[in-house]
Amino acid sequence: MAVTRKYGPRALALVAGAGLLLSGCGGAKVGETQAASDGKGGCGTVNLAINPWVGYEANAAVIAYVAEKNLGCTVVKKDLKEEVAWQGFGTGEVDAIVENWGHDDLKKKYIDEQKTAVSAGVTGNKGVIGWFVPPWMAEKYPDITDWKNLNKYADLFKTSESGGKGQLLDGDPSFVTNDEALVKNLDLNFKVVYAGSEAALITAFRQAERTKTPLLGYFYDPQWFMSEVKLVKVNLPEYTEGCDADAEKIACDYPLYDLDKIVSKKFADSGSPAYQLIKNFTWTNDDQNLVAKYISEDKMSPEDAAAKWVNDNPDKVKAWLPSS
Amino acid sequence: MVAVSAPVTRRLPSRSYLTGAVLLAWIALWVLLNGRDTLPLGGAQLTPLHTRFGEGADVIDANRDSNPVFLYFVNYIRLFIDATVTFVQALISQPSFGRPVPLVGWLGVTGVATAIAYLYGNRKVAVLTAAGFVSFGLLGLWEESMDTLALTLTAVALSLAVGIPLGVWAGLSDRFNRVVTPVLDFMQTMPTFVYLAPLTLFFLIGPASATVATMIYAIPPAIRLTAHGIRQTPPATLEAAEALGVTGGQSLRKVRLPLAKQTIVVGINQTIMAALSMATIAALIDAPGLGKTVLKALQTLDVGTAFNAGLAIVIMAIVLDRVTSAASRRVEIAHRTGRSGRRRLRRMETAATAVAAVVLVYLSYTYVWAAEFPAGADLGSYVRRGADAASGWVQETLVAYTNGLKNAITYALLNPFEALLAGSPWWLVAVVAVALALLLAGVRASITAAVGCVLLVALGLWHDSMVTLATTLVATLLVMVLGVVLGVWMGRSDRVDRVLRPVLDAGQTMPAFVYLVPILGLFGATRFTAIIAAVVFAAPVSVKLVAEGIRGVPHTAVEAATAGGASTWQLISKVQLPMARAGITLAASQGLIYVLSMVVVGGLVGAGALGYDVVAGFSQYQLRGKGLAAGLAIVVLGIVLDRIMRAAAARAGGSSATR
Amino acid sequence: MTVPTVEREERPAPATDDDRPAVLDVRGLWKVFGQRAERVVGTPLATLDRAELKRATGCVAAVRDVSFSVRRGEVFVVMGLSGSGKSTLVRCLNRLIEPTAGQVLLDGEDVLGYAGKRLRELRRHRFGMVFQHFGLLPHRRVLDNVAFGLEIRGVKKADRLARAQEVLELVGLAGFEGSYPDQLSGGMQQRVGLARALAVDPEVLFFDEPFSALDPLIRREMQNEVIRLHHEVGKTMIFITHDLSEALKLGDRILIMRDGALVQMGTPDEVVGAPADDYVRDFVSDVPRSDVLTLRWIMRDATPDDPLDGPELGPDTVIRDAVRTVLSARRPVKVVRDGRLLGVVTTAEVLEVIAGAGGQS
Ligand SMILES: Nc1ncnc2c1ncn2[C@@H]1O[C@H](COP(=O)(O)OP(=O)(O)O)[C@@H](O)[C@H]1O
Ligand SMILES: [Mg+2]
Repeated sequence: MAVTRKYGPRALALVAGAGLLLSGCGGAKVGETQAASDGKGGCGTVNLAINPWVGYEANAAVIAYVAEKNLGCTVVKKDLKEEVAWQGFGTGEVDAIVENWGHDDLKKKYIDEQKTAVSAGVTGNKGVIGWFVPPWMAEKYPDITDWKNLNKYADLFKTSESGGKGQLLDGDPSFVTNDEALVKNLDLNFKVVYAGSEAALITAFRQAERTKTPLLGYFYDPQWFMSEVKLVKVNLPEYTEGCDADAEKIACDYPLYDLDKIVSKKFADSGSPAYQLIKNFTWTNDDQNLVAKYISEDKMSPEDAAAKWVNDNPDKVKAWLPSS
Repeated sequence: MVAVSAPVTRRLPSRSYLTGAVLLAWIALWVLLNGRDTLPLGGAQLTPLHTRFGEGADVIDANRDSNPVFLYFVNYIRLFIDATVTFVQALISQPSFGRPVPLVGWLGVTGVATAIAYLYGNRKVAVLTAAGFVSFGLLGLWEESMDTLALTLTAVALSLAVGIPLGVWAGLSDRFNRVVTPVLDFMQTMPTFVYLAPLTLFFLIGPASATVATMIYAIPPAIRLTAHGIRQTPPATLEAAEALGVTGGQSLRKVRLPLAKQTIVVGINQTIMAALSMATIAALIDAPGLGKTVLKALQTLDVGTAFNAGLAIVIMAIVLDRVTSAASRRVEIAHRTGRSGRRRLRRMETAATAVAAVVLVYLSYTYVWAAEFPAGADLGSYVRRGADAASGWVQETLVAYTNGLKNAITYALLNPFEALLAGSPWWLVAVVAVALALLLAGVRASITAAVGCVLLVALGLWHDSMVTLATTLVATLLVMVLGVVLGVWMGRSDRVDRVLRPVLDAGQTMPAFVYLVPILGLFGATRFTAIIAAVVFAAPVSVKLVAEGIRGVPHTAVEAATAGGASTWQLISKVQLPMARAGITLAASQGLIYVLSMVVVGGLVGAGALGYDVVAGFSQYQLRGKGLAAGLAIVVLGIVLDRIMRAAAARAGGSSATR
Repeated sequence: MTVPTVEREERPAPATDDDRPAVLDVRGLWKVFGQRAERVVGTPLATLDRAELKRATGCVAAVRDVSFSVRRGEVFVVMGLSGSGKSTLVRCLNRLIEPTAGQVLLDGEDVLGYAGKRLRELRRHRFGMVFQHFGLLPHRRVLDNVAFGLEIRGVKKADRLARAQEVLELVGLAGFEGSYPDQLSGGMQQRVGLARALAVDPEVLFFDEPFSALDPLIRREMQNEVIRLHHEVGKTMIFITHDLSEALKLGDRILIMRDGALVQMGTPDEVVGAPADDYVRDFVSDVPRSDVLTLRWIMRDATPDDPLDGPELGPDTVIRDAVRTVLSARRPVKVVRDGRLLGVVTTAEVLEVIAGAGGQS
């Protein structure tokens, strides 16, 4: 040890010397190749909240791409769960949320009471929430898509978790579900089991389709997974205005959501061209699913995915740009 | 076991009979009363307390801009932390000072890290450090790794700046120690998810919140171990110093602190590990770094990418662990290289190392090739593809067998246990808990148990708590089975130790989010998946502690038994395991705490109950109060179980000593 | 021709017969451990013995009303079984333990009133202590350990290291300056402890069973070392031990404690020759009396038949050293001091002592 130790400094010195030599030989210097600064001015910084799902990421990527490329904005993306993102309106650290599912309680707090946020219109995407089965089941048991037949098949859905009843695999915790009330009020012989995360839900459906095991679960669309496995919706009693007023007594399906955009009051009043862009932004479920597919399946970075879509759809983009 | 029937029990004929009787009575009553007074609460239901908790957060929100505490205190802390993190990022991870790259590039950072490892550790860990840092680049995650490192180092530095002085205080003052211990328990068992969102109200979204969240989890080991080290100073040494007339300050500076140094370094090591283990969770509030990569990958179930980033975290953890461990060993032999000649050599060595590091820093400041990691060498894509393939293969081929395993354990162990705990009336469980605590652990523990039960009921989450308790206890049981089997194996063979240790380290530091997808694929969204995740995380600690205990059995005892002709099995069961009891007890209590810290992760994969309540509370505005209550319930469970276990172990140990 | 008479009163010499001044005067010292210990002293509780007191109050009277004084330059040994309160007693003297009652006068001044800086100064300059378990600082070299006392006094580095070096040489550890404590044997570590205490040049040195943890051989060597040092530096020493032979070997005077109380105090030969009670008698029963007792203890009055032409020896000659003379003299040996005949010793008396250990019990 002592002997080898002695060579320690010498070896290190050698490394350093070699490094110096190398540098003598050249190599590009930092700063030499720096591109010209890219700010065109007039827009400033936009703080985009990025909620943790791919569809959202698609919206945000396209908006950010256009804002940076066409408007010269500096876009700062902040990875935040919904509630924290909304809090950000209050603290002034978030300018926009570009795909919002409902959240009436948060709207009430931040738009109506605190008045730190305002709505910036719909995204054009329709959100569907409900109960789904994997496609092989819909094929094998065609009548399963009617909730009235669910009890007939309850035994199929038994698992180690469901205590002798059929299992209804519930949600990603981000969403308030009515499922416990639904099961009770529709007299279904099912037990709600909380999967706890989107990853758990998707994995469950993926395995169910692959191994042809029965599964009934809460899911939603648009969602990138739908393009991998097209889940089939089970129809609950149709939604009518106000049928979900009393959470305890709900016995109807989830409403169709018009997904929308929320921006901070300050941002809306700033006159930033980016605000106009966000306000004008709308596209279809197919558009979003395409970009989401680029990201999730083709493993493109959100920036690349956005660039590709924007280049393929110049007309749609043009319609979003501020008129001035 | 011997201890239970030891002669201490003067009043009570036999404690084990009584324990058995209590359990039998419980089961009998459960048959009669099954399903009554179980206090269930639906997923979206709230109690008035939950609503009140939820409104508490709004008060902060409303006062943030006017309250002087915020204006003059919290805000300055936030500004300070933000500036610190940003500065470190500018140094090593983010483009800064008008440059397209950070001040110090990959070569410089690697050089400095290696030099530090060499000077404070040894040659071996220096090589490991160099390899580790280069691997961040090779995995294609240089910038992310440096962001994580920047945040971790800042959080660690601040944790130590706060924790070591408090630890010294707790080491010197019994009163302060008594006050601070439950606070630390609280900080370590309260799930991060609970305070993550409220934290952003205090410290806003950004590095400050992430750093503070990390610190809350990372400070306790620094305080505990510093206090422990200070307390441990041999009384004889202190007395000798006092007889020489030292002042309080001298005694601290010249006697206690130097003697506690090694323990404090162990504390630093644990603080670093704890801080790193927060990398992923902190990413939920926009903490930069590898955690973000993992979370992003999870959105698309991209196991390969998640694994790649997880691997970088594991490597960072192992490097930091080995360097600090080597440094703590070095502390012991610090000056021993004493003799003047060696000393001069050492000084030269230090100077040469420092110069080399400075040269590398300069190069990486100046030249692009040394600043940005060359993109050509891309190990990351291989790792990603490999992990993807492995995960896919496992999910496709093993699933047939794993289902059987899952069902066996769930139906044979978990379901009956849960039925007993969650299906009995709450008052019956409370009475049983108090009685068992009294029998096994004494009066104080039984009072703790009673208070705990009352709190759980008051929090409105009794039923969920019992479901979580059942899962937790089963997981702890599995952890201990693994812990004893592997621990004995590892404690008896250095070779096994060498092979197993990195695997255990990986299990402990790989973010759970990385392996959630494959185990979800294998076991579905079930409580068993949650148990597996908990076991992966908690078993390594238990294994290591048991191995430590086995290794600590005096050589003479083993020799004597061997000389007496004991077989290997007899040796293990009659000598090594009983004599390693302290280590095994510690393994069990630590295992339990680690399992509890995975309750929330369990909630993400189908365990429901408290874990899900916490996660949902974090995600849903209406449920935030319930999430807080669930977090408190987890703390209550943790503290009660810990206290009972420790008291029971102390009593068992004590009575065996009086034998 | 006059028949000399033996001056009997010379035997059990009273403790105060020496005219050297007292350095340390301890009066009515009490130490009671436990809650509200002060209620014990000076009340009827104080008359209870240790076990009764413990039962009655839960307090332990570790030191009970002990008084003694130590003369300058004396080696004063405190002896007793384990648990008899020796350590507590000695720690009360330098206030490592706060006494419950009593006085400790150092050169006439009560140190129990000292506090804070004054107490520290007292410990830094006037007292030194050597401990059973050494209490060395493992992270410091031997030299720095020895210099520690000077360091906390604020002595400049060069000065204190020079002094430490000097003391190390005195205790025979030259050459080990750069070693660390755990690289040394137990005996050598205790030499370091000794050197550390000596380095500050205290007036009074306390030893709390310093050699109990050492091997017998090393112990003997260390005892000789202490004797040598005592000759060389002439410090006042208060030496705690539970080992009678050590006490007899080192002590100018011995204080014997039982259950916290003083049982007997006197010179070694007084203790062996005239045990105050059964406790002490038991203690000394195994001691080879010929090694401790002097001729004073066995001489008899000369009878007119005794031929008085035998050799002469002093009364303080240890019997062992007198054996050869007595046995080879064939006539009574005269015990003489200042030319006065105190008595005679014959083969019979000597043999009785050597062979007659049994006769004692
Ligand atoms: N800090 C203490 N608290 C209570 N009792 C003590 C304490 N220190 C010593 N004692 C008790 O005082 C008695 C005398 O102890 P000690 O002075 O150490 O005896 P020795 O040194 O002669 O062996 C013993 O009974 C011991 O148990
Ligand atoms: Mg003692």
